[in-house]
Amino acid sequence: MMNILKTAKGFWSSIVLAVVFGIVMQFLITGEIINFFYVNTLYFIGINIILAASLHLIIGVTGQFSIGHAGFLAVGAYASAIITMKLELPFGVGLVAGGVAAAIAGLIIGIPTLRLKGDYLAIATLGFGEIVRIVFLNIEYVGGASGMTVTQLTTWPWLFGSIVLTILVIRNFTNSTHGRACISVRENEIAADAMGINTTYYKVIAFVIGSFFAGVAGALYAHNFFIIQPTNFGFLKSFDILIFVVLGGLGSMSGAVLAAILLTIVSTFLQSFPELRMIIYSLVLVLMMIYRPQGLMGTKELTSFFKIGKSSKGGVTHDKNTVA
Amino acid sequence: MTKTPLLKVNNAGIRFGGLKAVSEVNLELKQGELVGLIGPNGAGKTTFFNLLTGVYVPTEGSIELDGDKLNGLAPYKITKKGISRTFQNIRLFNELSVLDNVKVAYHSLAKHSIMSSILRLPKHFSEEKYMEEKAIEFLKIFSLDTVLHEKAKNLPYGQQRRLEIARALAANPKLLLLDEPAAGMNPQETEELMNLIALIRKKFDLTILLIEHDMLLVMGVCERIYVLDHGQLIADGTPEQIRNNPKVIEAYLGEEVS
Repeated sequence: MMNILKTAKGFWSSIVLAVVFGIVMQFLITGEIINFFYVNTLYFIGINIILAASLHLIIGVTGQFSIGHAGFLAVGAYASAIITMKLELPFGVGLVAGGVAAAIAGLIIGIPTLRLKGDYLAIATLGFGEIVRIVFLNIEYVGGASGMTVTQLTTWPWLFGSIVLTILVIRNFTNSTHGRACISVRENEIAADAMGINTTYYKVIAFVIGSFFAGVAGALYAHNFFIIQPTNFGFLKSFDILIFVVLGGLGSMSGAVLAAILLTIVSTFLQSFPELRMIIYSLVLVLMMIYRPQGLMGTKELTSFFKIGKSSKGGVTHDKNTVA
Repeated sequence: MTKTPLLKVNNAGIRFGGLKAVSEVNLELKQGELVGLIGPNGAGKTTFFNLLTGVYVPTEGSIELDGDKLNGLAPYKITKKGISRTFQNIRLFNELSVLDNVKVAYHSLAKHSIMSSILRLPKHFSEEKYMEEKAIEFLKIFSLDTVLHEKAKNLPYGQQRRLEIARALAANPKLLLLDEPAAGMNPQETEELMNLIALIRKKFDLTILLIEHDMLLVMGVCERIYVLDHGQLIADGTPEQIRNNPKVIEAYLGEEVS
């Protein structure tokens, strides 16, 4: 009981901290204390955090090497844009619709492809991402190659709410028997099967939850950009998201989030040096992989650093946040 | 002797293309028996385990547990029906703690849905707490309660073997399959293992089928032994009978020069 209380305390204090941060940022933005350029960067960081966390669930937790994540981003972006622009429904509806559409796409893609392993799954998901792009390229209803104009509706409260929700849902899922089932699939699929885990089911579940949040990110992305075009969702975009997860440390959500923040900042500021941008960006990645192949955080979570201090005083802690 | 057998294997076999890896195996295990399966390298022992646990689907014959046909069931369903196993090369969940390794095996006991975990409903907490307490209690039997929060990959070899057996038992099997449990162990560790097997058998009312190369262990603990060679059963009987069976000696040592 004590442990549950302790965990609950840590949990609520982080929620309070998040809400305070959200409100402060809101004042800074509406008061125009931080300029438009930074606000825009902030939005990009936020969207990338959601993408990184959602792919973390698929690759980091469940171990399914999917590299077509931009496909789900695209589905979410277009579905939500159709809702708000063509059907003229409110943004909230578009946000949910984007998530649901991407989740359905995840389910349809996941059931056949998650039977594949390793390289085969990677190639299949890569193919899916390209198919999505080509499909949107050829649908006149959504503007084809010239894209679709979208009103700027993404605001800080929507964005921040989505980030908190994404992280909360994925964290709660991971730290439960269902999350453990997913981790066991990553660790050893044959053994997981032999322990009575329905491995296909859990792979599909992780895939669907991951694509749902990628779709939500797509909705936020579409309504932040004024225009969406199929070229925004090519496989380079998929790789950007993949890099957050790998660089952050496979299996660590805080790592993925941290990497999303750092890399978005780096790539935003490198925009002033377009010739050098990709070179520096690639160098960062190469050096990172040489000197810290396990990623920024390895498999640890931020919370585990606080716990080390605690357990040295209070003996064994039974909390489970370290495993994710 | 009138009891129906727990496991009944009827003419089971599998063929990979033209290669018959295992064929025409007939085998019966009665409730509570401890039976050994031996044979030279490449005889098809592990393949046979894979047939029993659903990793491979038999291309011929049938496998029944307690009268239920198992052919073609997914491995996780077979585990739920009551067959659990360990692996020749240890397959623990390396990055998970000792405690979590066992909790994964308890997964089918959990009654809380994914939604109740995501929303952190009271059911989530009560079920997770129940699983944790049960797992800690359980690990005490295997003297692994001192390393509860250690990652499985950091355990010494002997403890990893023990954890694998513990995890297999946590899945609550009627029939436990042990694939070379003593591989790589020194004589003292092997003896501890023999004691452990005797202990769990009594405590959990188990039927055990074990593959082993360590003849001391096999002859020491098994009541009956089946011998597999080139995918076919060539003998079965008590350890004494097997020791003197000319076919078995031939399979292991080669034909006598006449």
